[in-house]
Amino acid sequence: MTIAKEKNPPVKLPNEPAITPQVVAEHGLAPDEYERLLKIMGRTPTMVELGIFSAMWSEHCSYKSSKVWLKKLPTRAPWVIQGPGENAGVIDIGDGQAAIFKMESHNHPSYIEPYQGAATGVGGILRDVFTMGARPVANLNALRFGDPSHPKTRHLVSGVVAGIAGYGNCMGIPTVGGETNFHAAYNGNILVNAMTVGIAPTDKIFYSAAAGLGNPMVYVGSKTGRDGIHGATMASTEFSEDSEEKRPTVQVGDPFVEKLLLEACLELMATDAIVAIQDMGAAGLTSSSFEMAAKGGLGLEMALDKVPMRETGMNPYELMLSESQERMLIVLKPGAEEMARRIFEKWELDFAVIGQLTDTERMVLTWHGDVVANIPIPPLVTEAPMYERPWTLTELPAELDAAKVPAPKDWKASLLKLMGSPDLASKAWIWHQYDHLIMGNTAIRPQDGDAALVRVPQSTKASSHKGLAMTSDCTPRYVQAHPETGGRQAVAEAWRNITATGARPLAVTDNMNFGNPQKPEIMGQFAGAIMGMAEACRVLDFPVVSGNVSLYNETEGRPILPTPTIGAVGVIDDIATSVGSRIVQAGLALVLLGDTRGWLGQSLYLRELCGREEGAPPPVDLAAERRNGDFIRGEIVARRVSACHDLSDGGLLVALAEMCVGGGTGASIRLPARVTGGAPPAHAYLFGEDQSRYLVATDDGSALIEAAGRAGVPAVLLGYSGGPDIVVEGLLALPLAELRAAHEAWLPDYMNSAA
Amino acid sequence: MKAAVLVFPGSNREGDVAQAIELVTGQRPAMVWHGDGDFEKVDLIVVPGGFSYGDYLRCGAMAALSPVMAEVKKRAAQGVPVLGICNGFQIVTEAGLLPGTLMRNSHLKFVCADVHLKVETSQSLFTNRYQAGQVIRVPVAHAEGNYFADADTMKRLEDRGQIAFRYCSPEGVVDGPQGMASNPNGSSSNIAGVFNETKTVLGLMPHPENAVEPMFGGTDGKGLFEGLVEALS
Repeated sequence: MTIAKEKNPPVKLPNEPAITPQVVAEHGLAPDEYERLLKIMGRTPTMVELGIFSAMWSEHCSYKSSKVWLKKLPTRAPWVIQGPGENAGVIDIGDGQAAIFKMESHNHPSYIEPYQGAATGVGGILRDVFTMGARPVANLNALRFGDPSHPKTRHLVSGVVAGIAGYGNCMGIPTVGGETNFHAAYNGNILVNAMTVGIAPTDKIFYSAAAGLGNPMVYVGSKTGRDGIHGATMASTEFSEDSEEKRPTVQVGDPFVEKLLLEACLELMATDAIVAIQDMGAAGLTSSSFEMAAKGGLGLEMALDKVPMRETGMNPYELMLSESQERMLIVLKPGAEEMARRIFEKWELDFAVIGQLTDTERMVLTWHGDVVANIPIPPLVTEAPMYERPWTLTELPAELDAAKVPAPKDWKASLLKLMGSPDLASKAWIWHQYDHLIMGNTAIRPQDGDAALVRVPQSTKASSHKGLAMTSDCTPRYVQAHPETGGRQAVAEAWRNITATGARPLAVTDNMNFGNPQKPEIMGQFAGAIMGMAEACRVLDFPVVSGNVSLYNETEGRPILPTPTIGAVGVIDDIATSVGSRIVQAGLALVLLGDTRGWLGQSLYLRELCGREEGAPPPVDLAAERRNGDFIRGEIVARRVSACHDLSDGGLLVALAEMCVGGGTGASIRLPARVTGGAPPAHAYLFGEDQSRYLVATDDGSALIEAAGRAGVPAVLLGYSGGPDIVVEGLLALPLAELRAAHEAWLPDYMNSAA
Repeated sequence: MKAAVLVFPGSNREGDVAQAIELVTGQRPAMVWHGDGDFEKVDLIVVPGGFSYGDYLRCGAMAALSPVMAEVKKRAAQGVPVLGICNGFQIVTEAGLLPGTLMRNSHLKFVCADVHLKVETSQSLFTNRYQAGQVIRVPVAHAEGNYFADADTMKRLEDRGQIAFRYCSPEGVVDGPQGMASNPNGSSSNIAGVFNETKTVLGLMPHPENAVEPMFGGTDGKGLFEGLVEALS
């Protein structure tokens, strides 16, 4: 099809300013990008058209800096139904059911207005998932805040957590997992990454490609207001001192309306009236309408005066760029309008037919009969700027010699300090504000296992319940030290956390949070992380099915730690065979699986107890990862394991402490002879962060060790559970109660203390 | 036992309680839309948890004025049992079916956690499967569960045995709310649930419907539904 010639050149709106270089610059378009626009349009754009190009070509919407790299990630597997490119990824979980999931950032808005920023982040990701026909069954979130001593941190933690709780709780979707870290590198740019997992029948999945000449385009949900105008452009620049003046670009959410929208959409989806559906997220009506038309290879005419408006006096420019929440765009089958209208009216939502599909491949927008924009759709999409930005890889730092890291002078004080440090301290203060039990399907609750485990609705057979395990992971200090290793580790840890419950890891959603991509070292971090992730995803058969990129997380030139957050989903056929990480019984053998060299480079021990952030991060041997994981998963589902915990931040002793505190049972372990002989030294053995390891509690330790031997998995019996203390023979005896107090007190004490 | 579960715009635990009822009775309850003032005859009316009308104005205040609640009030007066859970407790209180009010949690935050409840009496439709003094473990999930009533009302509730459940320690000690030890929201006299005078209406903040299966929160809440089946079948 050739693109029709412009028959209706647009009129100028009253008081429309002239398009000057300054106006172009204010829209975030570089001079060469504007040249490209002129070539496509063949004339000077109107303000509405300029606004549309500005939003569509923003980093946030166009992925112009990241696209070339994202293509390197593996996205296919036999169980992948839909990879990246739709609202969310879709995987087959058997029995005619699909899991639909994605993680998305709302970093910039959350820093400017933490409650609304975080709340609308949750709202946006929920819409991405239910747009595809899924009922959301779980939410997770990955949060990174600045140094606890920074004056804004407490306020940001409080606002973000309340915002996530306020939205998710009202929607009635359990928030079952996540992670929270603190580091000074996030002082000026916090990260709020929200993930939603939903379930749909595999034969009832909805996509966004428009189809059917003449079909009506329908607007449903909330009315459009003036909030969030140019949010996508804001999220595509660095912050400066005056960033808080950008507060009007942050959207305001209403979870009550979204709950109604969810129910109304699912009710309409149960009929066969929908041709295509897309939520209005970043860049609102602009990106949703262009994406739908472009994917369908069609044109679209919309009468913007028909859009439901929250206030009088709004103009086409504002309507196209508003990021008002809780709105959807739907292509209906002809004749279905009245039936659909009745459903949305029942739920007290707006419903308006605002346009129809054409064969012109042009977006023609009218305002009370006058054309105000007329843009050829394919070139706007295909000729969008794409940059292969210069990049320099971070060199691998020298390996840190564990023998040169001092041992603790006081073992007891050291363990207490580590367990009460901001990154390791209990996050109960946070997750008790999230309804993690609604729907009645939560089998592994926050902090009770390495991944959350949720029953799949309508999967219950006579005697078994299918479950979805989910987690989010990233160790930014590793990525900072060496992006490739860090990227590999983030994927491996997510895979390991799913495995530690007994579930089979299936697929990944990635949320790439980085600084300014125009700096070669930042682009190099991105490139390195992608290379590491891609390799791990390939070796572990763990494809990426959805994701999101957030760049320009910098304030006055200071970037965040590179943070490629990995959200992951796995499946277990029978929840009764799963395990958590708590030791609730005395007399269990404690077996360490995997190889321990005593890797202290970039460890929490080094950072929290020695005040040093240095050395190479622990390498990940992906073959060993897979071998160890496949072995322990088999043992778990064969019910030969009582509890299992992966070893990550803080190493072996921290993992043991978490298992004991969680289950209220002590333990006593003895160091292997090679360690008492100094190879490696005890503190490296106990606090080293070597990868691909699990600590397992089982009632038959020798059988497990034998089986591990047959599978080629290193295994060593460390000791047994029981007693009121955590004991490392010859080094440490610490009452569990004392450990628990240190672990649980830090966050509430911090939040309740005056700034 | 035939049950009806009301559904308001913003209800979100109606599915949980329907599932619990189905598990115990083998029969799916009728789901009744808020605008439906003329629903079928049932043995039990459940007002479920959620955020009816987005908690706008005041939790439960708008739902209390809906057509379906006018009918519920009529049937409650005729003795049809009504169970209000969480937002449902707030709604039946706003509707005047129970005394007192639910204020914002004293710590001002939403709280989702398992709590222990002391069953104050076994002499009711709702609690006949429990022993008086028994301790059960069920979750709460709310931001406005801080029960308050004036001194006269509180005395009347105590004197007439209208207190159904109190928050307590795992050992059954009713400690709080001063130190908040076992009390999740600052509720007066640790009240977690109250009856009307005839004990045919029960309102409670905790969610027994989320404690009916061993792998999903335990089974301590199941007795409430089993007791109702026994009393109403």
